Amino acid sequence: MTTSTPPKKNNWSWRSQAFRGLIYQVIAIVVIGLAGWFLVHNTLENMRIRGIQSGFDFLTQPAGFDIGESLYPFDSGEHYWAAFLVGLTNTLRVAIIGIVITTVLGTLLGIGRFSRNALVRGLCSAYVEFFRNVPVLLQLLMWYLLFTEMLPASYEAWQVGNFYLSKGGLIFPVPVWAAGHAWALAGLVAGLLLAWVYRKWAFTQFEATGQLRSMFWAPVAIVSAMAVLGWVLGGAPTEMNTPSKGDFAIENGGALTPEFLAVLLGLSIYTAAFVAEVVRAGIQSVSRGQAEAAAALGLSKGQEMRLVMLPQALRVIIPPMTNQYLNLTKNSSLAVAIGYPDVVSIANTALNQTGRAVECIAIVMLVYLTTSLSTSLLMNWYNDRAAIKER
Amino acid sequence: MAISTFKLAALAVAAVGTLAAAPAMAGKTLDAIKARGQIVCGVNTGLAGFSAADSNGKWTGLDVDICRAVAAATLGDAEKVKYVPLNAQQRFTALQSGEVDVLSRNTTFTLNRDASLGLHMTAVTYYDGQGFMVPAKSKIKSAKQLKGQTVCVQSGTTTEKNMTDYSKANKLDLKPVVFEKVEAATGAYFSGRCVAYTTDASGLASVRNKEAKNPADHVILPELISKEPLGPMVRRGDDEWFAIVKWVIYGLVEAEEYGITQDNVLAEKAKSTDPVVQRILGATEDTGKLLGLDRDWMVRAIQATGNYGEIFERNVGPKSALALPRALNNQWKNGGLMYAFPVR
Repeated sequence: MTTSTPPKKNNWSWRSQAFRGLIYQVIAIVVIGLAGWFLVHNTLENMRIRGIQSGFDFLTQPAGFDIGESLYPFDSGEHYWAAFLVGLTNTLRVAIIGIVITTVLGTLLGIGRFSRNALVRGLCSAYVEFFRNVPVLLQLLMWYLLFTEMLPASYEAWQVGNFYLSKGGLIFPVPVWAAGHAWALAGLVAGLLLAWVYRKWAFTQFEATGQLRSMFWAPVAIVSAMAVLGWVLGGAPTEMNTPSKGDFAIENGGALTPEFLAVLLGLSIYTAAFVAEVVRAGIQSVSRGQAEAAAALGLSKGQEMRLVMLPQALRVIIPPMTNQYLNLTKNSSLAVAIGYPDVVSIANTALNQTGRAVECIAIVMLVYLTTSLSTSLLMNWYNDRAAIKER
Repeated sequence: MAISTFKLAALAVAAVGTLAAAPAMAGKTLDAIKARGQIVCGVNTGLAGFSAADSNGKWTGLDVDICRAVAAATLGDAEKVKYVPLNAQQRFTALQSGEVDVLSRNTTFTLNRDASLGLHMTAVTYYDGQGFMVPAKSKIKSAKQLKGQTVCVQSGTTTEKNMTDYSKANKLDLKPVVFEKVEAATGAYFSGRCVAYTTDASGLASVRNKEAKNPADHVILPELISKEPLGPMVRRGDDEWFAIVKWVIYGLVEAEEYGITQDNVLAEKAKSTDPVVQRILGATEDTGKLLGLDRDWMVRAIQATGNYGEIFERNVGPKSALALPRALNNQWKNGGLMYAFPVR
């Protein structure tokens, strides 16, 4: 190189930090890529040498096994991918319902630790300390044993009205699907929209006149009224699939199996202990002066928590809360230990029927990665909404 | 300068590429075993009569005895076996990856497993069939009465599929509750979560005898809904080792056919005039040499475990705790299916 080179060209020499940085990054990417390629190639090569068949073609073959519980009917003649889908919906069912229960229970517990009542405070602390410090798998097994050992056998189930509780789970009457239910559903959706519009209107009214209208009971009334209206318009179907006692077990009706209940309860109760701590930390992060100011304005204790403390605490609460939601979703894979057919359980069975170990594990990893990333995305969006708006 | 960096990078790429292209080679299993001085045998985590460890950590059972016989034939000592307890899901991966040399774990031979797992089936050591067990007080007398009921089952077995087939063929709409561990599945059944428990009939007998508070409280239904030929498996790619395991099993079965027992094996070798007996025991022909073993391979195997009949009697037979009848597992001359290829 000659000295006549303009200084600009230094961007492409070793003296340029930017250039060196670029090179390091390229090298890093190449090394990571090669490592990945090496692992995949080596696995495939070794499997080929040992005569182990591989590939995802098995997904379009008939599964050939039944699944104990699913949200919709599944026949053993359907394909493996359909079986995986049933597993996925079972996992999501536990995860979504679990997240709702955990959030409500955890928030109540977290707030309960600030109670002026020593008994409530003590109970909440004891709950957190107990459930947080016992391994979650053990808790799942405990709930399952509780259900299957303590409850009566199916043929002598405890009965309250048309509800039965036994080792066969919680059996309850379900409405027989009719066109009227679609109308009721449509009414519900319309009610939700209407309630949303009402709340907007009520809020603008409040800002304009200072008159506070019902922000909770009125929307609830709107939603229920619309749903009932839809149901009546649809011909008010009342036919129910009522369970009855059979020779060995309760027949007909809807069922929550002990496996599902144990997984749901175990995970919710365990995670709620962590959520309680997150909520407590969030509330403590709001300065004492805020509470005093709220009291000075004459807000009740409940209003102080709902209108002043929680909205500010939310900013601290949401990020660690996301972690807890992810933990709950991932921990649902422990369900396999107590016989709940989640996606891991289905993958285990598929793995054994087909011998495609690498593929089945890859599918499970993909499922959890996708659900976890979706949850994070949703929570990050909510976090942005709750963050301080700097105008 | 920049160019030389790229050259370097290219060289690095090439170097890693060459490394990656060399696949791991499977060594000869027998050599590896001899060097190690031990056979690694994959067995059931606990199935009384087939493979179960007692309180002293000593493994016993029909599947275990096959491992001991192979160890005696190859290494000269039936105790030189390391047992690796495997559950239904781990078993094939453990064998494929070389963690165990032989999988002797009441495993059913099927086309799918033979063709797609990279494994070889050696020889059948137990002819079984899948059945159902129900509590005696349920008064169920036939599997056909199980319509719409829950059935506890262990995942990762042929059992799930057999049950589904049977349920479909007979329109029973059975609801499986699937557990990863056999202990969890049987535990759920005994606690009353399921109306029935299903697995191979031998497994039902074993579970009933070992885990039920009172074995008489449980009935094994008469229907056998599948064929379950059970036996040890080995990895593909080592035909010599495959042959050794297969012929030790045939040797044990043929020993019974010709009346060679644990007690009389040395005497028979010394003074038997039956050419077949002499051939099995290496007195005339050296069959061991053909397998890469020595002359006395079968003598040691029979000394260690007895012939197939003795293994059966001791572990699962009518006089044992399981009290399973010989039935299909009798010698072919007695109406069973045990028909050893001739050792010669």
